[in-house]
Amino acid sequence: MFRRLLKDFRWGVIPVPGRLIAVIFFVVLFILPLLGASRYMLLILSLACINAIFAVSWDVLSGYSGQVNFGQALFFGAGAYGSALLYKYAGLPPGAAIPLGAVAAALLGIVTCFPALRLRGPYLSLITLAFPLLFQELVRGFDVTGGYLGIRGLPELATTPAGRYYVCLVVMTVAVLIMWKLTDAGSKYVRTGLIFHAIREDEIAARATGINTINYKILAFAIGGFFGGIAGGLYAHLIGTAGYAAFSMTRSFEAIIWVIFGGMVSIYGAVAGVFALYPLVQSLTGTVVGSYNYVIMTVLVICILLFMPEGVAVWIRDKIERECPRCKLTNAAWRRTCRACGASLH
Amino acid sequence: MTLTSGSVYAVLASGMSLIFGVAHIVNLAHTAFYVLAAYFLWYFFNVLGLHPAASVAITLAATTGLGMLSYRFLLDRVRQHPQVVLLLTIALAMLIQEILLGTFEAHLRTVYPPLLPAGTVSIFGVTVQIQQLVIMGAVAVIMVGLWLFLSRTKAGVAVRATANDAEVASLMGISVSRTLLMVMGLGTALAGIAAMLISSTWVFYPWAWSPSLVMILAIIVLGGLGSIKGSILGAYIIALAETLLVSLAPQYGYLKTAVALAAMVIVLSLRPGGLFGIVFEEEKL
Repeated sequence: MFRRLLKDFRWGVIPVPGRLIAVIFFVVLFILPLLGASRYMLLILSLACINAIFAVSWDVLSGYSGQVNFGQALFFGAGAYGSALLYKYAGLPPGAAIPLGAVAAALLGIVTCFPALRLRGPYLSLITLAFPLLFQELVRGFDVTGGYLGIRGLPELATTPAGRYYVCLVVMTVAVLIMWKLTDAGSKYVRTGLIFHAIREDEIAARATGINTINYKILAFAIGGFFGGIAGGLYAHLIGTAGYAAFSMTRSFEAIIWVIFGGMVSIYGAVAGVFALYPLVQSLTGTVVGSYNYVIMTVLVICILLFMPEGVAVWIRDKIERECPRCKLTNAAWRRTCRACGASLH
Repeated sequence: MTLTSGSVYAVLASGMSLIFGVAHIVNLAHTAFYVLAAYFLWYFFNVLGLHPAASVAITLAATTGLGMLSYRFLLDRVRQHPQVVLLLTIALAMLIQEILLGTFEAHLRTVYPPLLPAGTVSIFGVTVQIQQLVIMGAVAVIMVGLWLFLSRTKAGVAVRATANDAEVASLMGISVSRTLLMVMGLGTALAGIAAMLISSTWVFYPWAWSPSLVMILAIIVLGGLGSIKGSILGAYIIALAETLLVSLAPQYGYLKTAVALAAMVIVLSLRPGGLFGIVFEEEKL
């Protein structure tokens, strides 16, 4: 097992720059607290991990299966309030409350996708925009959910900042790996990735080949909802409060901005988008450009949509990697010949 | 109450509906232009102290111009890709919000003194504010004008032809890009007019676009995306529902958006095309 992993690393990771960067990125994230990162930096990175789960969950639902959801905050809020309510009324610890809250968010995703399944294109996006706002008003209005103040005093994920950071990081790594495997179109074991691609590209053709597209759309909503809920639960326990802002429209759109910046329909693009933009925007707050950081972000998004529609991370990847025309193996762009079959790459 | 807010909603929604019906652009930045127009009016009238008529004229010109610029330089390039349009217009709306927030700060603003005459008159024993009469009259004039424009003028025929089939329209010698530019200008002008009509009673702030956007979406989805008739009807239905909720159960007044959204969800579940919606060929799966 260990030797196979080492072999995979030797032949599968080192020669491919994109994978190498991904591995180095995660290693750096894991050893950062040991290098003496400040308390504030760890908090920002913990939030970045949570946002990465959230952004990837949006990408799986909207990017991969093509059901562009403008209300991903519904799942975030459902996860946050779900785990908070479980703590408040059942006294569950975060370890049990967060997954159960995420299951609640997934169920909510399944319920809300029934009206949404009949719609496509802009109508779907518009109706999904409505759900989180509906819930925002409901949780704000009733005492069960704490009204305007939300549910406060939730238990912490861990006692030290580094501990909290590790919880977020490990959950993020596992969640992103699971979502990556679920949407991997080339996988031999899981068909969902291939089917999501098919539904996005041409739903009628997918139906004609005998795929029950409705079931797979429901599955996409459930997956997106579950991981969005995980992100929401982690967030609520990290900051200690489940507030109605978890359902806000801004939260949905932030995820969309990150994913578009990094590159849609690519898990690594979503993660890269969050880790590039979120700490940047946070560190700009309080400086001269602080009040204009969202202006910069939105101008950036508009420019990317117009001039680099595939996203920054995907654009960089295309610059440093090239697919062998003969055996479809990924090579570094600076190689002349393919590393496996020796075919010329030009 | 129903009639005034319904009338203003109708103007706002018909602008958005027009843009969708003709250009197939869901302009989520529509209400951002509406808020922007309110800010322009406030700035020219209250800060610079211009004459009311001058402020109204500059506001209208500036809003329309910005709408046309954003179409010419942003939306025209991506209008073939509906998802990109949605994302782009949302980014545009957030951009307008953040610029307003950065320039005018997060204060509640209102246009004072009101541009419309105050006072009340009595019609058939019912006391009515003159403001409300003026608003309703203006809305009626605008709607009739819009209808005359679309049905009687050459440009209106071009707009309707483009809405029906842009490809054939361009074969018939209509410049689709220019028609859409005009429609976008008209749509944002309607948003600006709506903002001016409601300015005397409206307290606005930089992120006021999102609650209004939700109401407008509820209205136009209820009426059917792209149908002006539908959105006018939808506006009055939603305004009536809102007023009924507030007057019958004041303690649940904060739920008015929820009621509008619930109405939208129900209508969409039963009739995916809305009351008068355009159902596209590919949607009949």
